[in-house]
Amino acid sequence: MTIAADFSEETSEDGAITLRFSGDLSIAAIGDLPERLRDSCGEAQWLDLSEVGYMDTVGAWLIYRTASNWNAEIQGGDDEANRLIHAIGNVAPASDVRPDPPNPIIRILTDVGEATTIAFTTLTGLVGFFGAIMLAAFRLMLHPGRIRWNAVIQRFDVVGVRALGIIGLMSFLIGLVIAQQGAVQLRQFGAEVFTVNLVGRLTMRELGVLMTAIMVAGRSGSAFAAQIGTMKLTEEIDAMRTIGVSPVEALVLPRFIAAVLMMPLLGFFASVVAIIGGGLLSWVELDIPPATFFSRIREVVPLTDVYVGLVKAPVFGAIIAVTGCYQGMQVKGNAEDVGKRTTAAVVQAIFLVIVLDAFFAVFFTWIGWN
Amino acid sequence: MIGEDPIQFDRHYEGPIICVKGLRNSFGTQVVHEGLDLEVRRGEIIGVVGGSGTGKSVLMRSIIGLQTPDEGDVKVFGQSLLGRSDAQTIEVRKRWGVLFQGGALFSTLTVAENVMVPIREFYPNMDRDFRREVAKYKVCLSGLPPDAAPKYPSELSGGMRKRAGIARALALDPDLLFLDEPTAGLDPIGAAGFDNLTRELQQTLGLTVFLITHDLDTLHAICDRVAVLADRQVIAVGTIEELLALDHPWIQQYFNGPRGRMASSGKQLA
Repeated sequence: MTIAADFSEETSEDGAITLRFSGDLSIAAIGDLPERLRDSCGEAQWLDLSEVGYMDTVGAWLIYRTASNWNAEIQGGDDEANRLIHAIGNVAPASDVRPDPPNPIIRILTDVGEATTIAFTTLTGLVGFFGAIMLAAFRLMLHPGRIRWNAVIQRFDVVGVRALGIIGLMSFLIGLVIAQQGAVQLRQFGAEVFTVNLVGRLTMRELGVLMTAIMVAGRSGSAFAAQIGTMKLTEEIDAMRTIGVSPVEALVLPRFIAAVLMMPLLGFFASVVAIIGGGLLSWVELDIPPATFFSRIREVVPLTDVYVGLVKAPVFGAIIAVTGCYQGMQVKGNAEDVGKRTTAAVVQAIFLVIVLDAFFAVFFTWIGWN
Repeated sequence: MIGEDPIQFDRHYEGPIICVKGLRNSFGTQVVHEGLDLEVRRGEIIGVVGGSGTGKSVLMRSIIGLQTPDEGDVKVFGQSLLGRSDAQTIEVRKRWGVLFQGGALFSTLTVAENVMVPIREFYPNMDRDFRREVAKYKVCLSGLPPDAAPKYPSELSGGMRKRAGIARALALDPDLLFLDEPTAGLDPIGAAGFDNLTRELQQTLGLTVFLITHDLDTLHAICDRVAVLADRQVIAVGTIEELLALDHPWIQQYFNGPRGRMASSGKQLA
């Protein structure tokens, strides 16, 4: 068992103070000894270790430091204790445990500056990366035999088919909620029947594709970044380059093609399921039978609404694939960076999708597709 | 019946520091260890060698409780650890330090803060300033320059990261140190420096060292005994001279291959 470390003061006739230590001077037994020592008499001339039991480097450090601070002599230690204290004395202790924090004003300015440059470099990087993908696509068109159909079709499965369940469920619930909220508001004017217009036009034009893009960004955009980022860490990408395989052709293009082709299908699917959800609620809540609901949908939703959705979807798919793959390719250093880059990929993809959606809204109104 | 009170650590225990008996480890259908026995004596540096996949790291993980073996008994400091909870083994676990292969430093903390983690965890009442002091000299005790303490692991070279890992392993002044391939990935100068550090620390602090290695130079330079893992067991334990006298093909190949002879001649020259 350990015996708690302690010390007592003795003053001899000539005024020299001796601190007599007892117990174990070890990490387990040292307790509040450092504090008490600091608050004690001050300068002692002798540190007596003859009653000390077991000593480890923590105790040795305390003794060594106290002795050198006070210019005190150590006496009475056994061989092992003296050897430890000697060994401790031979190392110069480190300066600090943390780097000095910078001036707060300078820190804020640096943070703002860094964030701005990162925003610009990311934007130019994304555009450049998109260009690289287009170049690779063009090269592949000249040599169609080099297209990796297996990889592309595997991505179709992962990005498209496997997303059907979650996107269907999400869209169904969104359709329900739009119809329900719309009915409550429109009932105030006795215009419940326009719930059909609301559900049909809103989902076809906007929400079907937008919500699908958000879901695909979260599901596949993050996966792209994490997969490619991990391959970057394990130097697989470098290995590919040295073998002569272009990582853009082998990794990025299949994902890009899959996202661009799957997004319109998923978006259209989402819109249809949302309309089914809205129809179900209208039937239950507003007593509009399904047959009437769907014939009304065909009357009130112009074909241009379907085109609007179908035009936007592949663009959104491209954004998701480009940000995901770009961030994956930017990974360097350690596993933590993969996490950071994955987050960045999803956040940037969703942000850019919503910004572009706003531009599309203005554009389609301008060309008269309203 | 095992009680819930923590088992006590006996400083004056004189028997074997580690005693493994009849250990069996398997992953699925693949049996890694079968009836493995090993004893590590107090104050020695024992090198554990074996081909890739012979379960050197698994053996270490079984001893320190990261892997629960299928069968067998593991005693450290004379205390059986298997089947006991973390709360019960805490006093024993305080007495060992582990250096993992990659260093396994916490990347969001500086080197000195990494050293402070085990101290804060096990001795939360220690005075904050004194804890910092302890961390700072531990960093230097492991042979790092003083200005390495406030640096983050990502700012250090591989060899420095290993030394920082040692500093953390030594934070609680352990009696037993586990090193998993400490010199892997270091240049010969760094590796020799690390060997010296291990030897020095072992002598000053009176450590027992359990050292997994592939490095023949390390084996020749600092190991008191070498345990050879093959055929799911420890097939031999002894000094290198004793092992060389054995007629096992793997041992002969290992120590008498071109690299083995080179390392041993290097030792004779030195």
